[in-house]
Amino acid sequence: MAHAATHDHHDDHHGAPKNFFVRWCMSTNHKDIGTLYLVFSLLMFFIGGSFAMVIRAELFKPGLQLVQPYFFNEMTTMHALVMIFGAVMPAFVGLGNWMIPLMIGAPDMALPRMNNLSFWILPFAFTLLLSTLFMPGGGPAGGWTMYPPLSLQGDSVAPLVFAVHLMGISSIMGAINIIATILNMRAPGMDLLKMPVFVWSWLITAFLLIAVMPVLAGAVTMLLTDKYFGTSFFNAAGGGDPVLFQHIFWFFGHPEVYIMILPAFGIISEVIPTFARKPIFGYKAMVFAIASIAFLSFIVWAHHMFAVGLPLGAEIFFMYATMLIAVPTGVKVFNWVSTMWGGSMTFETPMLFAVAFVILFTIGGFSGLMLALVPADFQYHDSYFVVAHFHYVLVTGAIFAIIAATYYWLPKWTGHMYSEFWGKVHFWNSVIWVNVLFFPQHFLGLAGMPRRIPDYNVAFANFNMISSIGGFLFGASQLIFLGVLVHAVWFSKKKAADRVWEGAKGLEWTVPSPAPYHTFELPPVIHEDELAHGHVED
Amino acid sequence: MTSGGIRIKAWVATICALFAGAAWANPEPGQLNMTRGVTEWSSEPYFLNNVALGVCIVIGIVVFGAMFVAMFRFRKSRGAVAEKWSHNTTLEVVWTTIPVIILIVLAYLATGGLKSFADTTNSQMTVKVTGFQWKWRYDYVEYQGKALDKVGFMSKLDKESDETRQLKSGLDPNAVKVDGYNTYLINVDEPLVVPVGTKIRFVITAGDVIHSWWVPALGWKMDAIPGIVNAAWTNIKEPGVYRGQCAELCGQDHGFMPIVVKAVPKAEFEQWLAQKQQAAQPQPPAQQQPAAPAPASSSAAPKTAQAAAPATSHQG
Repeated sequence: MAHAATHDHHDDHHGAPKNFFVRWCMSTNHKDIGTLYLVFSLLMFFIGGSFAMVIRAELFKPGLQLVQPYFFNEMTTMHALVMIFGAVMPAFVGLGNWMIPLMIGAPDMALPRMNNLSFWILPFAFTLLLSTLFMPGGGPAGGWTMYPPLSLQGDSVAPLVFAVHLMGISSIMGAINIIATILNMRAPGMDLLKMPVFVWSWLITAFLLIAVMPVLAGAVTMLLTDKYFGTSFFNAAGGGDPVLFQHIFWFFGHPEVYIMILPAFGIISEVIPTFARKPIFGYKAMVFAIASIAFLSFIVWAHHMFAVGLPLGAEIFFMYATMLIAVPTGVKVFNWVSTMWGGSMTFETPMLFAVAFVILFTIGGFSGLMLALVPADFQYHDSYFVVAHFHYVLVTGAIFAIIAATYYWLPKWTGHMYSEFWGKVHFWNSVIWVNVLFFPQHFLGLAGMPRRIPDYNVAFANFNMISSIGGFLFGASQLIFLGVLVHAVWFSKKKAADRVWEGAKGLEWTVPSPAPYHTFELPPVIHEDELAHGHVED
Repeated sequence: MTSGGIRIKAWVATICALFAGAAWANPEPGQLNMTRGVTEWSSEPYFLNNVALGVCIVIGIVVFGAMFVAMFRFRKSRGAVAEKWSHNTTLEVVWTTIPVIILIVLAYLATGGLKSFADTTNSQMTVKVTGFQWKWRYDYVEYQGKALDKVGFMSKLDKESDETRQLKSGLDPNAVKVDGYNTYLINVDEPLVVPVGTKIRFVITAGDVIHSWWVPALGWKMDAIPGIVNAAWTNIKEPGVYRGQCAELCGQDHGFMPIVVKAVPKAEFEQWLAQKQQAAQPQPPAQQQPAAPAPASSSAAPKTAQAAAPATSHQG
């Protein structure tokens, strides 16, 4: 057995350092760094969420009641930056850090010191970014997309650009580490096509990160030199082109969207087979679908720019390429449903979130397909329809998957079971209020409400009020999540088994719960039937 | 018939109308679907929207239906025993092919609408639209082949909305009405006046940052970008007042630069145009100053205003 080897070795090996500073700030342990990432991400989730509460409070009814329009713009900008770069991406890196070595039978990440650095950059990046809110001139207010010339009017270009650089460096190092780990440190017998889908999804995501984060860094550097060093990359008066920025930004931005959803696909592909007690349907098709989506993500960027006045040929090309994405995405959804078909299902909290993911992410995919149709997009573009679309994909997609993963692996991390009752309370509250929050925004967009406005005509009042109520309650529901986590980590008396879930397969379930500080110091002997995808024929 | 029966009928009619979005060109409380619009082209996005929505609903019913059946039938608590199979090539081929066919149909429909939109030739009138922080300027460039001069004006948020929208103004947005229709934040001091039944070419640009000119009833929006001139067209079928808003984040008052298009019969438009030309005519040269874009009136005129130079067109 795999963990037998681990135990034998443990007697002469040190555990976690006792000193708090040494353990957490100087850590090179993938589990501790994974925990740091996850805790950081949770903190950012609540900070970004509080910005969203300000937005929804101001939009509760027509007229300006709470904040000035400029501050409102700071809130929308910071909400996006914090949620994307602070909450969703670090959460996936944290999950990858914790689980990839455990899933492939590796003792740690390939580059542990760099792992420490790539985490510890982030608190500095976000301190810098968030501190701009308290500075004279205020924080960035030109949208997270930073379109010039507007973004250059602000006084916080330099801290914003520097913070984005730091986040990019962190992401690139994290991605290099994950690729090096997966390609070099798999236990003997863990062939590429026997890896869990989550590991596959992260391998592909890491390549996307390395490909596009430097592009973002280039784009924001050009903003910086346009602002302070007299260049005219994006200034028409100096021979530049404001639309050039949008092309560069979305060449980063669209793969970025998939960076935030591919690991979620991986998570759902772990959770559903476990609770259906049936192997994932079409393993190879699932992996191939992730790879095709990743490839397509590089050739669809201008679908964010259908209204900038692209030539007809470009609009047609980007429309067709975008529509193609529906095919591999459809394959994934059909395969998840087929995995459930003929299974023996139970519905613990991780499974509930996974099922909600499949339905609600698909709704986000449907609106995505509608947005791809250029003539219709001339109406949808920059309206609340788009806001509804990407929140369905990112909140009920990415964030629901992260929450599912947390419930799924939490007993392995802490050695205790979380409260199933409160987990379900959290689920039902989240899934109801998130729909009250975002579904009416489709109607607002179709009726003609533009996004990023602090005030609106009274025709939009009723759905905005419903949406705000949903928003407040969805926000409050996440406090239940916090409570469940605190309880599970410090107060839960219920010990978790090594194989926490009856149907769980994969190497992570062969180590004890909680996972000891060091695992797989000797490579495990892999038995095919222990793996979720041990017998792959197709 | 009881009043309850009538009320139910009224409700059903209202709900049908809300989904159909047919009669309403401007936003209505509770509106659930896109407007059909009032132009020769605006039914294209409306039609595509409805077709795509229908396709998505059908697929949704099939997929989610299968999922709910699975969740009901294959529960461990009902004694379901997990099966062992994990792939089925025929099925996988089928559900890759069917979406491809659906997509081809949608792509065909969308391409047609796109081509007709891209054709701005044979227009009978040209209006230049320039976005500024935070107002629009309209210049009438040409009508029925005759070049126009000196017909142009700024169009900004009406005074009543502007007073009401100030933070803690204490004024009620519900009270801002024109002819019984609430115009809070969607009314201007001077609307763009255009004739119906005329193919109007818009050339769209901006003087400071990027804006986007969007009137839902016309069926499209087009970004107004400093240094670039974009073109679009419309041919409005019915006289009326059509309202829209800036759709690209352009700074603090992005939410407060509405667009109002007043479509009138041709004769009425020609009369209006003649009046405008006359008003511009007898002015001595010294008085021409106010006709300029007048960024001076905007205290928040951006530093980049000199970047306006909208002449460097590179796109059609």
